[in-house]
Amino acid sequence: MSATRHRVSLTVNGAPRTTEIEARALLSDVLRHELGLSGTHVGCEQGVCGACTVLFDGLPVRACLMLAVQATGHAITTVEGLAGADGTLDGLQTAFRDTHALQCGYCTPGILITMRAFLDEHPAPSEAEIREALSGNLCRCTGYQHIVDAVLLAAARRRAAA
Amino acid sequence: MTTRFFGAPITRNEDPRLLTGQALFVDDVELAGLLHAALLRSPLAHARIRSIDLAAARARPGVVAIYTAEDLGAVWKPGPLVVPPPPLEQVVYHTRTQGPLVKHKIRHVGEPIAFVVAESRAIAEDALDDIVVDYEPLPVAADLLTAAAPGAPRVHDDLPDNVAAQLRQTKGDYAAAATRAALVIKRRFRYDRGCSSPIETRGVVAEWNAKADRLTVWDTTQAPVFLRNGLAGVLGLSERQVRVIAPFIGGGFGPKIVMFYPEEILVPWAAMRLERPVKWIEDRSEHFVATTHERDQIHDAEIALAPDGRILGVKDVFLHDMGAYDPYGLTIPLNSQCTLLGPYAIPSYDSSFTCYFTHKPIVTPYRGAGRQHGVFVIERLLDLAAQALGIDRAEIRRRNFIAPDAFPHDNEIMFQDFAALKYDSGNYAPMLDKLLEMIGYDAFLKDEQPTLRAAGKHVGIAVVCYVEGTGIGPYEGAKIQVQSSGRVSLATGTGTQGQGHYTSFAQIAADQLGVDVRDIDVVTGDTDQFYWGAGTFASRGAVVAGTAIDQAAKVVRQKILRTAAEHFECAEQDLVLENGAVAVNGVPGKSIALGALAGLANPMRGAVAAGTEPGLEATSYFGPPYGATASGAHAMIVEVDPETLMLTIKKYVVVHDCGTIINPLIVAGQVQGGVAQGIGNAFYEQLVFDAEGQLLNGTLADYLLPSALEVPRMELAHTVTPSPLNPLGIKGVGEAGAIPVGPLFAQAIENALDLPAKGIELLEIPLSPNRLWQLLGGS
Repeated sequence: MSATRHRVSLTVNGAPRTTEIEARALLSDVLRHELGLSGTHVGCEQGVCGACTVLFDGLPVRACLMLAVQATGHAITTVEGLAGADGTLDGLQTAFRDTHALQCGYCTPGILITMRAFLDEHPAPSEAEIREALSGNLCRCTGYQHIVDAVLLAAARRRAAA
Repeated sequence: MTTRFFGAPITRNEDPRLLTGQALFVDDVELAGLLHAALLRSPLAHARIRSIDLAAARARPGVVAIYTAEDLGAVWKPGPLVVPPPPLEQVVYHTRTQGPLVKHKIRHVGEPIAFVVAESRAIAEDALDDIVVDYEPLPVAADLLTAAAPGAPRVHDDLPDNVAAQLRQTKGDYAAAATRAALVIKRRFRYDRGCSSPIETRGVVAEWNAKADRLTVWDTTQAPVFLRNGLAGVLGLSERQVRVIAPFIGGGFGPKIVMFYPEEILVPWAAMRLERPVKWIEDRSEHFVATTHERDQIHDAEIALAPDGRILGVKDVFLHDMGAYDPYGLTIPLNSQCTLLGPYAIPSYDSSFTCYFTHKPIVTPYRGAGRQHGVFVIERLLDLAAQALGIDRAEIRRRNFIAPDAFPHDNEIMFQDFAALKYDSGNYAPMLDKLLEMIGYDAFLKDEQPTLRAAGKHVGIAVVCYVEGTGIGPYEGAKIQVQSSGRVSLATGTGTQGQGHYTSFAQIAADQLGVDVRDIDVVTGDTDQFYWGAGTFASRGAVVAGTAIDQAAKVVRQKILRTAAEHFECAEQDLVLENGAVAVNGVPGKSIALGALAGLANPMRGAVAAGTEPGLEATSYFGPPYGATASGAHAMIVEVDPETLMLTIKKYVVVHDCGTIINPLIVAGQVQGGVAQGIGNAFYEQLVFDAEGQLLNGTLADYLLPSALEVPRMELAHTVTPSPLNPLGIKGVGEAGAIPVGPLFAQAIENALDLPAKGIELLEIPLSPNRLWQLLGGS
């Protein structure tokens, strides 16, 4: 295996970042271990659990199924990019806290990212639509009910504020 | 003292960090000079190692070291027996625990053979492919019945057969009960393997600081204190030289408590030897064979009944699969044996089990820890009895409940904590009444089901009851300290894996100390912060650590009032402790903040009275005489598609009694999450092994954890029967949701497909559409 390193430049949470990595490095590993953004979690490295979900040019993708070199020139949003610059939780994060939608919190970053993209497309989702959208993210702690409640609450608050 | 926080649905203190990606998990630990480890694991379930060729792996650039069992010297020894067998005369127990690396003989797929340390994880994994092992394959005993058969391939050659343990416990005279019974029903029940699959796998990071002469280990363990003590012993260090940190843990559910997993020895040992920090993070494929499993029992059980459905006695003879080693004693089969008795008055009981070694990964407690199996057996027996005697399924349960005035109720056998299996308190009929009302039991059976059936819908209803022994000893402790900032530090030795301890523990202390729940900083799972403790398991954190916290907070409260009384030169009863300050009642301006008071309690100069202790601080320990028994009842309405045999849960109701509730949000989360795991266990998850002991579905794409589409919305209600065993009246809730879901599924599916009329019985878990198709005769 050649250890040739490749220069990768991408935008993460609005800031330009450059790093040198092996071609085989996964986006999830580069975010976590090269760029210090360990909020993106890795659960299966196989694209099933969804814990590593990030936004890639605004769309949710599994960071464990993408080589970091593929992200060159693209914009990535991780869980660290959701809250305000002063640390204020965004509407979805607040709703997660209000409804107790997380327990161990390990799957939570991927779920927040997935639901953030979903809410942008579905401002008034039904419970069934939320469950469908959520079904690509595994949570072993909550039984999902409070997560569904959180998304419903965040959507309602967003509509009320609009 | 007013109660503002205890009992209230307080949102969690730990959430902001978790929601913003700022919480520290083990794999987030980054250290200068960090090395990465990977393990070569056996592809065979039973084999002798003829030779291992490491030359090519050692030559790979970036590989720092490779170790096999030979290299470990005195560090190689079988791991400890984490839980001894119960101190009963009749118990048989052969302790065979796992060493850090295979020495000669492999006993299950995934057993580690070599430990590679390299400059990167990728290089370490590449080097695994360079290692050449010459295996001599041996015949395999991959399942319970094969392992139990005469002449079976032996897992441990020094034993005459594969029997690992045996125990019989009895109460009353079952034989006499069976003789006078109107009806005896006997069946064989199976409960197959599953695994806990937390979304975070296991991991260990270790750093040896030679100048400080100290070892720091970050570990996904549920029992950091236990691990520290064990590591110190193995590595030849004093316990004060070892600091184990269990930071945020991404779910545990039992298997993360086992000591020692091989990596928990190898990573710290290598870090000391190489004088560089080492990290190992389990990948998901490894997790399926390198982290422990659960379930896997076969019961031959019978129930003796009076004509009115009253239970006269139960006899159960069961087999339990230990896997290849037995580090965890008899916790699981004891829980099965005990929890079978459920909320029912069972006058005679004859239960014996035999545990077998098999060539499969080790079995240790996973959420429920054997309780499921016992509940499955008794609940299915009651369903069969109801059918045979023409009694309603809910009614037969009600008729057998232990009466509310019969507590404490002694079951006359020994529980997993080696105390008597005694129920502290309970009141089961109101629980069942509430459940039936919420699910609409009568209306469903009388009106809805006939109507829907007439319309061609295969709908069914089920009702099950159970108890959960929780809050067992030995003990936990807590240290509470008012800081000079006015914030309160609360440290305990238990770890946390998502249970909300940063909040529920703070709630217990906040009311006593008159501070806001947000002003309490809870530390769990850091052995430098709190020295003693047993760990987080058996639904015991809130009960045992919670009570210690309550005790410590009361002492600190007294110290606060005494110090303030001296300061203001007034009587303690004239003081009001609230909002983080002590004020003299009715005297404006006479108030001091807790932080300032903490400063007064720690004078830097001058003399103090004899016996003075510095600070506003207290440490307290609590150990209950025996566990607090929680209880619950679940009901479900399902519709089964007769073509695909997939089912849809139309309604799911839980009524639960965990005594006094500290935080209803957290309790709801525990129950809902437990039910979700129960649903997976009942209908989706099964570890499938072939006859050679190969796991056939070791990925999350094949081992099906339920998603948001499989887990329904649940309705939850509580009844409250406080425990008399602790001053807060609390009982544990961690495992409740998961325990009774198997029999609920079996009963509901039988009802939906009208199986009793067809003579088909569902006597095994997990079920699945495919398995149902087979049981229905493949038609």
